[in-house]
Amino acid sequence: MASGTVRTPNPNSRPAVLVQVANALYALGNFTVFCFKSISSLTTKGVQRGTLLPAAYQIGVQSIPVVALTGLFIGMVLAVQSYFQFHQLGMENRMGAMINITLVRELGPVLAATMLAGRVGSAIAAELGTMRVSEQIDAIDSMGISPIRYLVVPRVTACLLLVPALTIVADLVGVAGGFLYSSLALNIDAAQYFYNSKEYVTGFDLATGIIKSVFFGISIGLISCYHGFHCRVGARGVGRAATGAFVSAFVIILFLDLLLGIALDTIYFQFNPGGNSLL
Amino acid sequence: MSKSKETIDVTRLDEPLVQVDNLVVSFGTHEVLNGVSFSIARGQTLAVIGESGCGKTVLLKSLIGLIQPAAGSVKLSGADIATISSATLAELRTRTGFVFQQAALFDSLTVRENIAFPLSFNEPSDQNIEERCDQLLIELGLDPSISDCYPGELSGGMRKRVGMARALMMRPELLLYDEPTTGLDPIVSDVINELILRTRINHFVTSIIVTHDMKTVRKTADRVLMLLPASQLNKGENQIIFDGPPSELDRTSDMRVQQFVRGDAGDRIAALVSDNSFTDGEWK
Repeated sequence: MASGTVRTPNPNSRPAVLVQVANALYALGNFTVFCFKSISSLTTKGVQRGTLLPAAYQIGVQSIPVVALTGLFIGMVLAVQSYFQFHQLGMENRMGAMINITLVRELGPVLAATMLAGRVGSAIAAELGTMRVSEQIDAIDSMGISPIRYLVVPRVTACLLLVPALTIVADLVGVAGGFLYSSLALNIDAAQYFYNSKEYVTGFDLATGIIKSVFFGISIGLISCYHGFHCRVGARGVGRAATGAFVSAFVIILFLDLLLGIALDTIYFQFNPGGNSLL
Repeated sequence: MSKSKETIDVTRLDEPLVQVDNLVVSFGTHEVLNGVSFSIARGQTLAVIGESGCGKTVLLKSLIGLIQPAAGSVKLSGADIATISSATLAELRTRTGFVFQQAALFDSLTVRENIAFPLSFNEPSDQNIEERCDQLLIELGLDPSISDCYPGELSGGMRKRVGMARALMMRPELLLYDEPTTGLDPIVSDVINELILRTRINHFVTSIIVTHDMKTVRKTADRVLMLLPASQLNKGENQIIFDGPPSELDRTSDMRVQQFVRGDAGDRIAALVSDNSFTDGEWK
């Protein structure tokens, strides 16, 4: 998230490390202020009328095919990869449980969010970056209209609402993909596949994935808008904003996945000490 | 006084509309504006000239708080924009129109939507938005049939005029023009100059025009400020090296002003050659 910089570091001099640390802290501070302004605008003033639907269409509706395709392949790949191990143990009928737990808890939310960080996050950063470079954001500001409220709030809200919805789409299509490959290509009994899935996949697993996707959604929205808003001049600046948005969002998604995984598991085992074992 | 009750008194016609005191703007270690001070009376048209990079656009953006100064103050209608609340600053901005160098029209909106944009957000209940859009288009010499076109379908001169229409939509008392004739042919440039004059008369606006175009200066301005780049200032020198009516530009004894007005490179190339930046016909 390095956009606003204090000074250009000289890699040959020793204090360059300090300059880089200062730059990182400066960017982090800037990002925090940006998030605070955006969330404060959303909670106090709400979404500007007429801005949410276009953002929701661009972020949500247009992403359905790519997210569905991602989900489909994840489900099928999980079936391919797990079959040999499960077959060795004579437990291939329980593959459905493993595939579906992995899908709804982990791979569905993370890969859908990664795909959206690439498709939606980069597009938002490039669009806002171009608006910054061509002074359109200054123009909005000069009219007494808050660019945060007009540009950031609808995009962040759309990400917040639609990344979980798209995660559900990825989960559903992934479950179907895993089932179709297992039953048609690997000849696993369909009834056993779903019986085991029903036995082991709990509502908590599903909730874990959805809770994660809410955090992923807001991160994608805020990070990509931040990069677009702090875009540097020129075509290179816009390109760097788009790339930076994707890389930062991807890293944050993985970091949050770990953090939320630990936190949610801790909560789960507090209430269900025995857990739910496949064996 | 609580922020919500903060108001700006616009009826005090005796005080300057814009007052700038010791304005300093820096980007990192690079100082762009170094203690600039001036004021503008209501109804006046001020041209700000100076070579590229001297901080003209930065000055213009600082006047409405788009760029934060490192020191000094800017007062609009007597209100210091650094100390007023963001809501009051937003309200002040609605009374200021900004015509950007490349027009800064929103690509995804039609001409009509672009012009209506400030009014539809600040006064959505206004019933005459469409009518006013057409009125402004006609006033600026554009055919209302272009209302449904997108900015990408317009010529540079048309885009500038649509930008002017958008700036006039909120009936501003201060209009800021950033290089209004840059990139236009001489005839369209003259059309823009005429429109600046007409706008001043029809809307009784105070105008600040940042430009390189001496024709624009001579035709539209009552007063001219010339800025020198902060890096070229001698110790203790004021960054504003000329402040007077356009007719005085040719009579000033300052060679730097005369050089700019004549568009004379002077010893610039020689200085670069001696600096080894330009040798054998090539830039190094």
